Formats: sequence, C-alpha cells, structure tokens
Amino acid sequence: MSSLLSVRNLHVTFAVPGGAVEAVKGVSFDLDKGGTLALVGESGSGKSVTALSVLQLLPYPMARHAAGSSIVFDGTELVGAPEARLRDIRGNRIAMVFQEPMTSLNPLHTIEKQIAETLYLHKHMAPGAARARVLELLRLVGLSEAEKRLDAYPHQLSGGQRQRVMIAMALANEPDILIADEPTTALDVTIQAQILKLLKDLQARFGMALLLITHDLGIVRKLADTVLVMTKGEVVEAGPVRDVFARPQHAYTRHLLAAEPKGAPPPADPAAPVLVAADGLKVWFPIRSGVLRRVTDHIKAVDGVGFALRQGETLGVVGESGSGKTTLGLALLRLIASEGAIRFDGKRLDDLSEGRMRPLRRALQIVFQDPFSSLSPRLSVAQIIEEGLKVHRIGRNAQERRAIIDQALVEVGLDPDSAERYPHEFSGGQRQRVAIARATVLKPRFIVLDEPTSALDMSVQAQVVELLRELQRRHGLSYLFISHDLRVVRALAHQVMVMKDGKIVEAGPAQELFQRPRHPYTRALMAAAFDLEVVEGAATAQ
Amino acid sequence: MSAAETIVARRPDRVLGFRVSPLTRRRFANFRANRRGFWSLWIFLALFVVSLFAEFIANDRPIVVSYAGHLYFPIFANYPETTFGGEFPTEADYRDPYVKKRIEAKGWIVWPLIPFHYDTINYALKTPAPSPPDSVDWLGTDDQGRDVLARLIYGFRISTLFGLTLTILSSIIGIAAGAIQGYYGGLVDLSFQRFIELWSNIPTLFLLIILSSFVQPNFWWLLGIMLALSWMQLVDLVRAEFLRARNFDYVRAARALGVRNPVIIVRHVLPNAMVSTLTFMPFILNGSITTLTSLDFLGFGLPPGSPSLGELLLQGKNNITAPWLGLTGFFVLALMLSLLTFIGEAVRDAFDPRKVR
Repeated sequence: MSSLLSVRNLHVTFAVPGGAVEAVKGVSFDLDKGGTLALVGESGSGKSVTALSVLQLLPYPMARHAAGSSIVFDGTELVGAPEARLRDIRGNRIAMVFQEPMTSLNPLHTIEKQIAETLYLHKHMAPGAARARVLELLRLVGLSEAEKRLDAYPHQLSGGQRQRVMIAMALANEPDILIADEPTTALDVTIQAQILKLLKDLQARFGMALLLITHDLGIVRKLADTVLVMTKGEVVEAGPVRDVFARPQHAYTRHLLAAEPKGAPPPADPAAPVLVAADGLKVWFPIRSGVLRRVTDHIKAVDGVGFALRQGETLGVVGESGSGKTTLGLALLRLIASEGAIRFDGKRLDDLSEGRMRPLRRALQIVFQDPFSSLSPRLSVAQIIEEGLKVHRIGRNAQERRAIIDQALVEVGLDPDSAERYPHEFSGGQRQRVAIARATVLKPRFIVLDEPTSALDMSVQAQVVELLRELQRRHGLSYLFISHDLRVVRALAHQVMVMKDGKIVEAGPAQELFQRPRHPYTRALMAAAFDLEVVEGAATAQ
Repeated sequence: MSAAETIVARRPDRVLGFRVSPLTRRRFANFRANRRGFWSLWIFLALFVVSLFAEFIANDRPIVVSYAGHLYFPIFANYPETTFGGEFPTEADYRDPYVKKRIEAKGWIVWPLIPFHYDTINYALKTPAPSPPDSVDWLGTDDQGRDVLARLIYGFRISTLFGLTLTILSSIIGIAAGAIQGYYGGLVDLSFQRFIELWSNIPTLFLLIILSSFVQPNFWWLLGIMLALSWMQLVDLVRAEFLRARNFDYVRAARALGVRNPVIIVRHVLPNAMVSTLTFMPFILNGSITTLTSLDFLGFGLPPGSPSLGELLLQGKNNITAPWLGLTGFFVLALMLSLLTFIGEAVRDAFDPRKVR
C-alpha cells in the first residue's frame, strides 16, 4: 500500500538578486495515516520550506522546484498542480498550524467568523450549522467557556488560547494531514505541554497524520514516530525516533543531541559576601480611570520581591511570560522606577540620583534576550563595545581602548579582526557574544542576563551557556539569570527563584528545588519543562 | 565555534577618508539606481551652482575693463566716471554710450554673458515694454523694461537659497523638538503637543499681511516668520520615531552602560529618525519654495523690485499680451519643482529597506 503523503527528491530554489539559493536539496520522506513525522533542524535548515512546499505555498515563481521533485498526496501529484486542485486540498485535506499565534489570526474578525470561513468554503455549510460546528470544535480543542468566546476577537485571548483556536481552525474539515510548524515555540512551557497533549489526543481520535516541524528535541522524543534530521537543506539522518536518539549515525545528529544544555554551575563559595540584595522590591504600574484619571488600581509587575545574591553566585529567576522576571531585572539596575531597598556591595542604590548612579553602572551590567535588537545597527562592533569604555573613562587613548576591546572580543570567542564589522553581518550566536563583550569589557561584578539564550538555536545555546560559566569562573561574577527555560537554569544557577504574577512562589538552592519542588506551581512548571507533561489541576494559565 | 562562523578579517570601507557603513553604501547604490532622481540631482546642483555666480553671468557692470594700460574690475569695485576720462565724479555707468566710447578708445571691455543686472532698465528698447524676446533680451523684458533672463537667474537663486535656509533651519528645530518630546515623553511631551496644536493654528498669510503694514518685509523677516510657523512639519514624524526607539534594547543597554541622555539621543536614536526625515526633506524644500513664490505673487513677499519667480508670474498675469513672462515663470517653476520631486523619490528609494533592485 502506498503511503498517504510521499515526497520524493524535493528541491527548492529561491531566486535572489545575483543568483539563486538552494534551500532544500533532495528531500524524500513518506507519511502514513496516523503517523507522526518530525522534521528537526536549526533555523535555516530548510524544514519550514519543505513543509510549505507540501501545500505549494511558497512565493512562486521566486521559488522553484527542480525537475524530478515530486509530492504525491493520496495519489495526486501536487508539484505544479492547478490552483483549483490545490485550493481543494489546502485547509480541507491538509491543514496547517503556524508558529506565531499572535500574527496568524486576523485581528479584525471574531474567532467564530475565522473558523467558520473554512467551513463555508469547503463544506458549503449553512450559517446555523457552521456555528454549531465551530462550538463543537472549540470544545474539542479544550477552549474554556467556548460559548462566550465565539464573539471574542484575537486580542482578547492569550497566546495558548489563540493557538487552540488555530488548531480548531485546522481541524474544522477533519484533515488527513496536519502540518504543525513549531506550534509551541512562542508559548510558555506549561502551555506548550497542554498544546502537545492536545495534538496527541486529537491525532489518536481522528487518525490524522501529523507532520511536525520543530527544533526542540524534547518534543520530537515525546510526540514523533519517525524523525528526519535536516541541515543546510539536506536530510542527514532519518529513521524511527528511538533508533535515531539512541544510536545517532551522522555527526550532525550527534552534535544536535549533545547540544542540549547540561552540566552544573561552577562551585560557589557559600561564605562569600552578599553582593546584591533586594528587600520588598515593588514595581507597580498605575491604572487610571474615570474622568479625573485618578489612580484606581495598580498592575503589580513586581510585588514585594526580596533576595540576597552572593559574590560568584548565579540566581536563576524562573517564571512564565508576564510573571515580572524582566521587570525585576530592569528595576535592580534602576532602569525603571521601583520602590523598596536595593543594595549593592552594602550600598543602597534605590535612593541614588541618575548622576550618582552613573559611576556604579560600570559594575552592574545587563545582557538582553534578543541579540538582534540589543545592538545598535548603525555602529560597528568596536564602537558598540567602546561606548562603555568612553563613558567610564577607561583607557587613555584610542589605541589603549582598542587593545581592551580586542581582549574582550577574544574572551567571548570572537576574532578581534571582526571589530570593524556591523551587527547585521553576524549570526545570532555571534551577536549575543558581542552583547556579552559589551557588558564584560567594563569588568562588572554583577550581570543581569535576561533570557540570553532563548532567541538562539539549541547548539548555540549550549555554547553561550558554556561561555557564561567560563566568565563566571574566571572573574567571580554574580549573575541574575532570567529564563523560562528550566534546562538552561539548571545548567547555570546556584539559587533559583520561581516567580508568578510578580510574587515569589518558591525560592531556594537550585539542586534542592529541582529535586524536591514543594509548591504545586513549581511542580507543574517542571513537569512541563522536563517531561512535557501536563499536571492536572495545577495552578497554570491556559 | 564552528568553522562556518569564523570571521574573515576586513578593512573598514572608506570613501574620501570617511567611514562608510555597508548600509550607507547600499543606500547610495539604491539612489543611483533611480536614474531619473540621480540625474535630477546633478541638473539641480548645476543650476544652483551657476545661479550662485549670477553676478558673473548677468550684470550691468563689465567683468574686466582695460583703460590706458591699467586693468579695472568694476564687478568688484566702484570707479568714478572720471577714472575713464568722464566728467562726473560719480560712479561710472558702463552702459552709457558716452562712457563706453571713452573706454573703447583707450582699451577694451569684457562684458558678462548677459549685460543686464536684475534691476537694470533697458532704455534702448525698440518696442515699448514689455518687449518680446530678441537678440539683446533673450527672453524679452518685463513691463518695466528689465531683462527677464537676468531676473530669472537672480530669482532662481533667491528662491533656492530661501528654500534651503528655511528647510535646514526648520528641520533642525523640528528634529530637536520632536526628539525631546519623544525621548522624554510624559509631561514634556504632553505640554509640547498642546503648544504645537495652538501654534499651528496661527494663519501665516494674515500674519504676513498685518506685518507688511508696519515693516517692509525683507528676506530675513520672511524667513523668520515662515520659520516660526513651519518648524512643526517634522515634529510628529521624529517624535513617533523616538517614542518607538526609546524602548529598544540597545537604548536600554546604553542606559545601563551609564551613557547620558543627550548622547543616547544623538548617537543611538537620532540615526533611526533621520531616515524618515531625510526622505521628507526634498518635499519640505519644495513646499518652502512654493510658499515664497505664492507670497510674492500676492505681493506680500520680498520687497518691490526684488527678482522673484512669484513676481514674474504676477507680471505674466497682468500682461496677458506678453506670454513670454508667464510662460517663462511657469516653465522655470515647473522644472525646479519637478527636479526636487524626482530627487525626493530617489531619496525615498534609497532609504527603503524593502527595496529590491
């Protein structure tokens, strides 16, 4: 029996000014009814392009399939098929769920209207019947209070709820194949676990085939039967998940499997003096209402947080988006207004003026999440790193400063000869190294690391974690490491603090907390992060 | 780090000693790719530079006079008629046939290409003014017997200079005001915005009419008033860019480094705002020139007798029987404004990040 979807020798070439880029080079795979195939690879490996070619959704004629490329779905050749035939298949027999739930729903229509659209289109349903079917679908994907949500607009839903709506939309016509392109990357870990569970349940119920695109090996292990490892447009390894993970044959697969952050933080001295401490730290944003714009309530982004961080130690701050982690980091560095005591090296920071604070900024640095937005695009790397040196009058002249910059670049593993280049010429991992060099060149004692690895590919993440550990060991730095990724936190932190809605839920030494989480929220977070499991009845958001 | 990530050493790109970022280079290439805009820029620059030397092209004084073995430069200095053997100790009138004859008897005269200043009245007209184009007055004369081509060259110069000065000054004020509002936000922003709302409601034309009843508006008066009322054009644009950019991570990072606010504004945020500003500038220049022209046309502009395109158009309107007046004014204005619009389009292309050649 031939399989449901059969891709043979798929090539995709994009025309670019002055040439062509081959994004996919000869990919072949089969997908059977009820099976789950995972396409794994880092960004730019061609996995999304492969998925989009199945639905023929690439920007033709800029994109081209070379002769010999074939995609056969249920006996029909899709490459070069007429538009009418493709429309019949898209959203009807093959449906797709995209990565970013924030932008894949139309903000101007209610969710009922958006789900019903595909029912009108493919099933020619009457409005009344469509409404009943939409309600049924929303209940199926587990959207709470489905009746009330029918008239909701996308902005009234959370990220997880939107992804459920997207899945409901994809399921509307009971497709034979569901393509999920990084369906959980933009979501928090607990919600990720919920969505994955939902996909699995639905698949079992309808016998759909699932084509899953992801860079997260944990998801592959959990969900897929067969895995295809892609790099630079080529499949380097394919086979049953268990075999590939247990006995990876290709060097790249081994590299990918080895890239999961592991190891432990360098040992810290428990008798070291406390470097940074906060007590009852609050960041409240006022909500004004009424004619007189009086303050009626506050959004409590950070609400009474206290901790003490020793020299050479790392404090991991863990929590879902909106829990106030980043706000806490910014408040500690006095980058936003806050209330409550902040102590650095025994001195109070919270009552210093901007001018008195300036000399201390040398010792307190920050590295941001997104290395694409944290480097000024118009300054060369040397200028970016030099800025702090100039502010704090380090180095007597340009040559001396240049020597310091070169040294900082070498320390983060970059070539000093690249200092004259601009940020856009670097990869994500290299940019994050530049951002780290900008902080470390001042020889700080405390660095706030605000999700420094979450915008990076898995193998690059591991390298950056290693670099951070190395810098800590060498200079005795203290880190406040903010992350939603518990695996990275486990590899770096001595102390961990779990935050929810601006408050500390649980805090303690990392090892103890990871082994014996006490609070149910912490437990749910860990089950979701390490085992991708949903803990029933846990106090998690939807 | 993998081999693929190894960085190749490279020298910074320099043009005339200035560092050029790859971005600038790409923009310049985009600008050049718009052939029409690129050539418009060259034509406009050529016309502008030529008009800057208007005194050497259209003047009623010779460039060089050789008289009795000495060289004189009337274009730079005043010489009494007696220098050339005349009778009066007053300034020599080189167009006077008597003076001309005396000089040519003992030497020679080099005239500019057009032997008329903008206010020179040609008394030797064969037909009553306004006279049609002939071999002496190439574009004819206006209703006071003054050479149209000479007035045109001076008028072009004054229009362009006025437009440029107004554009540059109002951009500087507008960018500064927008930057401060957008960067600091809050109360500063709020009060500035209300002030601008009030201020922008002042009607320019009535203000000028009232003003012209008690002072004689000259170039600088007009510039001052127009500046006071036109600096708001860029404020909203720059303010919006600053509101957006002040929350960028690299601005936060600079604050975390301890960089002072004015430095952050100039070094990190302003370059972002400059893209939309520069794109707008040719059009502001266009607007400034048009405003001056229309004020001159209405008679509330530059003092009477000044060469100006608006005044030429007014004469064209008053002398329908002399079509060379109106046509000349129309074609020159149309040419100038079209060139500037084409340049503006090319600048817009150059800064368009989505532009794929």
